[in-house]
Amino acid sequence: MAVLFIIPGALRALTGGRDEVTIDGAAGSLSHALSQLWTAYPALRDRVMTEAGDIRPHINVFVDGANARDIGGLAAPVGADAEVVLLPAVSGGCCGRPSAWARGSLPFRSHRRHASRRRRGPC
Amino acid sequence: MPQPKHVTPSNGDPLLLIGTMKGAFIARGDGRRRSWEVGGPYFPGHAVYAMALDGREGRRRIWAGPNSMHWGGMLHSTDDFGRTWTNPVVGNVKFPQDAGAVLKQIWQIAPGRAHEPETLYCGVEPAALFVSRDAGETWSIVEGLWNHPHRPKWQPGGGGLCLHTIILDPERPATIRIAISTGGMYVTEDGGANWRASNSGVRAQFLPDKYPEFGQCVHKVVQAKGRPSRMFLQNHWGLYRTDDRGETWTDIANGVPSDFGFPIGIHPSNADTAWIVPLESDEFRCTPEGKLRVYRTRDAGASWEPLTKGLPQDAAFETVLRDGLAVDAMSPAGVFFGTRSGKLFGSADEGDSWSLVADGLPPIISVKTAVA
Repeated sequence: MAVLFIIPGALRALTGGRDEVTIDGAAGSLSHALSQLWTAYPALRDRVMTEAGDIRPHINVFVDGANARDIGGLAAPVGADAEVVLLPAVSGGCCGRPSAWARGSLPFRSHRRHASRRRRGPC
Repeated sequence: MPQPKHVTPSNGDPLLLIGTMKGAFIARGDGRRRSWEVGGPYFPGHAVYAMALDGREGRRRIWAGPNSMHWGGMLHSTDDFGRTWTNPVVGNVKFPQDAGAVLKQIWQIAPGRAHEPETLYCGVEPAALFVSRDAGETWSIVEGLWNHPHRPKWQPGGGGLCLHTIILDPERPATIRIAISTGGMYVTEDGGANWRASNSGVRAQFLPDKYPEFGQCVHKVVQAKGRPSRMFLQNHWGLYRTDDRGETWTDIANGVPSDFGFPIGIHPSNADTAWIVPLESDEFRCTPEGKLRVYRTRDAGASWEPLTKGLPQDAAFETVLRDGLAVDAMSPAGVFFGTRSGKLFGSADEGDSWSLVADGLPPIISVKTAVA
């Protein structure tokens, strides 16, 4: 089983254009999962995390539909087949209309299908 | 996202590097600085507070410090006037993990002196100075300033706690001056190991002690290249001159409608000539009386004259920020400034007359002059 990461449009240039990335061995804590993502795609780290090791304040990370900030932050559990979504928050001067998912009107189970159709991120 | 338009400067063309709240622009002028074409936007959606051209060692490298509210900021550079930009894998300007600070904004980029062509400096928010000794590949914090005992008492101004001014003394290789809002001006004479405040005579309107050692909200400082003992300082309330390299400052707000303002520019070869754009007050940070007036002194601040030819004088409630005005090195000197309403004005005759270089840009934060 592998963890699925959904990459926002603004960062896809750093993943070779991929909007989804699957990584084996990323299950555990969110901190561990993200560290595996950074190993595979090192340019993502400093865009998503501050140098103090925190998720940037205007970035939301969802684990199976739950905002990581509500379920333990970087200690949040990430299952072996979890879906981890990185999204710019509506705050922070986002230049485009937030997606239906970012507005919270789309349940997370639909997101995998939704994300695969949507090639451009909200920014 | 918008596709940027590019300009193709030739050697010797005048350039304007324009940072806005929504991206960077590069303008190329004709030899007379009357006609301009504007390239950009680069980094659309990013606030660009800092840009600089590094022309040392034959480079034509433009640096920019775009910042995204979402994804943070780092330094990028282009060697082809914006067609391609570096995109570092890791953040190049960032605080050490044990510093307890997170980079909020890159405020100033300053290439080092000619004899140190691989050195660059960078001022950031929260207030700190970074230096690179390998032409911008890697950066480190200047510990002597970061560990200064005054630092815990510095307070953020309206723009944040920013180190916005870096002045390399042209005659003293180990002397660097920086200015912080709100902390005041500091100087090192040993290359950055030790720093002392340099605010004697500068008022702090917002403190019970109006003349403290430090804590002033200095908005911008400029130094005369050919006469480095002479500097001008635009303060948060207050307009000053020094003739002893900042040891003492003298009030020179003689005949201006307000001594509140942000930018100040100095003539490239005449140390008695400087330009400011007064604003009404800290509560109403717009041009007084709805008139967009640049004020110029030709006698080191003994008097100031309004410059209005070509500038709107009716219902022009404009704001020009601390890095929003720049003076080029040509003769006669060109003066350029951008407003928060996205208008860019220029003068090729030292301010006697003005014309609109560009309109409809995003809010302009910084304007730098350069030569391709």
